[in-house]
Amino acid sequence: MTILTLSKALNAGLRKAMENDPKVLIMGEDVGKLGGVFRVTDGLQKDFGEDRVIDTPLAESGIVGTAIGLALRGYRPVCEIQFDGFVYPAANQIVSQLAKMRYRSLGYVSLPVTIRIPCGGGIGAVEHHSESPEVLFAHTAGLRVVACGDAADAFAMIQQSISCDDPVIFFEPKRRYWDKAEVDTASGVAHALPLDRARVALEGTDVTLLAYGPLVRTCLESALAARQDGRSIEVIDLRSLSPLDMETISDSVRRTGRCVVAHEAPVYAGLGAEIAARVTEQCFYRLEAPVLRVGGFATPYPPSRLEEHYLPDLDRILDAVDRAFGY
Amino acid sequence: MTVESGAVTAAAPSFPSDPATPTRPSLKPHEVPPPDQPGLVQLLTPEGERTDHPDYPLDLSAADIRDMYRDLVLVRRIDTEAISLQRQGELGIWASLLGQEAAQIGSGRALGPDDMVFPTYREHGVAWCRGIDPVKLLELYRGVSHGGWDPKEHKFHLYTIVIGSQTLHATGYAMGLQRDGVVGGDNAEAVIVYFGDGATSQGDVNEAFVWASVFNVPVVFFCQNNQWAISEPLEKQSRIPLYQRARGFGFPGLRVDGNDVLACYAVTKKAMQAAREGQGPTLIEAFTYRMGAHTTTDDPTRYRLASELEVWKLKDPIERVRAYLVRTGQAEPEFFAALDAEAKQVGARIREACRTMPDPPPLTIFDHVYAEPSPMTSILREEREQYAAYLDSFEESGGAGR
Repeated sequence: MTILTLSKALNAGLRKAMENDPKVLIMGEDVGKLGGVFRVTDGLQKDFGEDRVIDTPLAESGIVGTAIGLALRGYRPVCEIQFDGFVYPAANQIVSQLAKMRYRSLGYVSLPVTIRIPCGGGIGAVEHHSESPEVLFAHTAGLRVVACGDAADAFAMIQQSISCDDPVIFFEPKRRYWDKAEVDTASGVAHALPLDRARVALEGTDVTLLAYGPLVRTCLESALAARQDGRSIEVIDLRSLSPLDMETISDSVRRTGRCVVAHEAPVYAGLGAEIAARVTEQCFYRLEAPVLRVGGFATPYPPSRLEEHYLPDLDRILDAVDRAFGY
Repeated sequence: MTVESGAVTAAAPSFPSDPATPTRPSLKPHEVPPPDQPGLVQLLTPEGERTDHPDYPLDLSAADIRDMYRDLVLVRRIDTEAISLQRQGELGIWASLLGQEAAQIGSGRALGPDDMVFPTYREHGVAWCRGIDPVKLLELYRGVSHGGWDPKEHKFHLYTIVIGSQTLHATGYAMGLQRDGVVGGDNAEAVIVYFGDGATSQGDVNEAFVWASVFNVPVVFFCQNNQWAISEPLEKQSRIPLYQRARGFGFPGLRVDGNDVLACYAVTKKAMQAAREGQGPTLIEAFTYRMGAHTTTDDPTRYRLASELEVWKLKDPIERVRAYLVRTGQAEPEFFAALDAEAKQVGARIREACRTMPDPPPLTIFDHVYAEPSPMTSILREEREQYAAYLDSFEESGGAGR
């Protein structure tokens, strides 16, 4: 076991993937000498060369479009989109090309492309650097969408995503890059939790609290705080946003009878809406309260001096939990 | 608007010299060539006269040229048949290649078996050269599949409908060739990507030019300038001739008579060879004309004059080859008669195949969304099971099942 930041864990996972498979490439803006603006690819170009860690021209559609071409030739490209708000120029290549190629080709074409996107707010950034666009991709058939919440998952999930034969949109919680955790870098990922499974991060009995990415830690802290009030919150880290692991979610909600979904993305038409609908279908007779959601407002991401009001924090999450007990 | 004909001067894939005085180019680039235009590569005039070009010596046998003529005739027949099938309700839509046969057959026949092709949705002639059964193309336009051929087997990627997207795929694939070490060697491979005049305005095409240039990748950009992007003429896309765009990106561009199958063959052969040898990308502008509608849903009478079509009919890509073969005695009447019969047979075969093509079974809608053998995602599996049960409920009551 080693103590690593989430950023270093991703770096270690990328390194493992590159060592294990010579077809794995990294491409993006500033991923080479600089090691990426968050240093996630630090040192990889030095060790694997410029042919495998490619500093690209500054054009996101070009990054994903050429990654598709490389994948057609048998490579496993890992693209870095520098910030969440910069992914939209690549939307056509991701949504219309990458996601649909297997389907369009009746299975002849496989595109094992991983697209890493630092996501979410909380770092005081200027606009377009704090967004949570995951639901746009979760709504696109053919993509897998995942988000890591801690260093151990970051290490395993990035390797699982790269070895997955489907395209994976991999969200990294940028304000958690510096969070440290124990990571078992020695063992392989064969025994890790499968990429499409949710994980019970903290067991509880009174309410199920669902989160992913940056809010996993916030929800764990909320659960610890709630204990002082004698309330037992079960926290589930969704990990996979598409597909959703409804089995793990519904198993929990059937036990607790209450469910709150938290995400930074706007609540309106967000992932929480999909979860609420499915939980209602699957757990209707066990629910003590409607499924509640807490998240971003139906506004553009605000200037950073206001982001603490926009982002669900411990208090807003516990407020939602309280409301779930008001029925 | 005319295509220059007759002997032409330098048009090698190299940079044109800087004009002494920068001028603002014409707003109608296809009508008034600027003074530094090196000219159009042409090896066979519209009248069927063979001309030479110093940069493109071409030594094809009579049999080779007859083979190309056969290709031209058969793909036009397939195209004609497909238009009829659409009119009869057998196809949802068809994108005709009428007028662009020479650009497609000339370039398509210039490729090596290992070269990779990235087409638009109109490259029926190139598909023919890569051994794709035309019936597969009909499947797509009938709505039975989205393509469904194996791109690896034919070295011919799926048709791409979003304009220009495939140029990036081609460029990435060519970056793969560099990493595979198959550029410059004995088994060198290269990539060709097709797009139209309208696509040159797309960001993806411009990004592909940047990538191809800075990484010096083995890709040939083959632009069929058919003068019309649905209803928009070239002057809505560019103020300079399209081949000159390459210069700003840092690689050579040239313009070829797109209705001259021999010239298209020669320039593509040379550009692909340059790519294989590691010299990097080339932009070929095949100057041609979309003689038909954009697709069967389009009505060109709303936006262009019939007289324009009449001018281009005189430059027909097939007639000039026939004139050449007849004049030079390289093909006998029996050859043309046998080809007519073959064209009829091909037409009858694809017509029959189209009319008897079954719809896919309903539950195939759920296939190939995600990788096999790893199971479909639980949500998709659940939807499939629910829909299967729904269909079965009709079967039990004697209704239409799956």
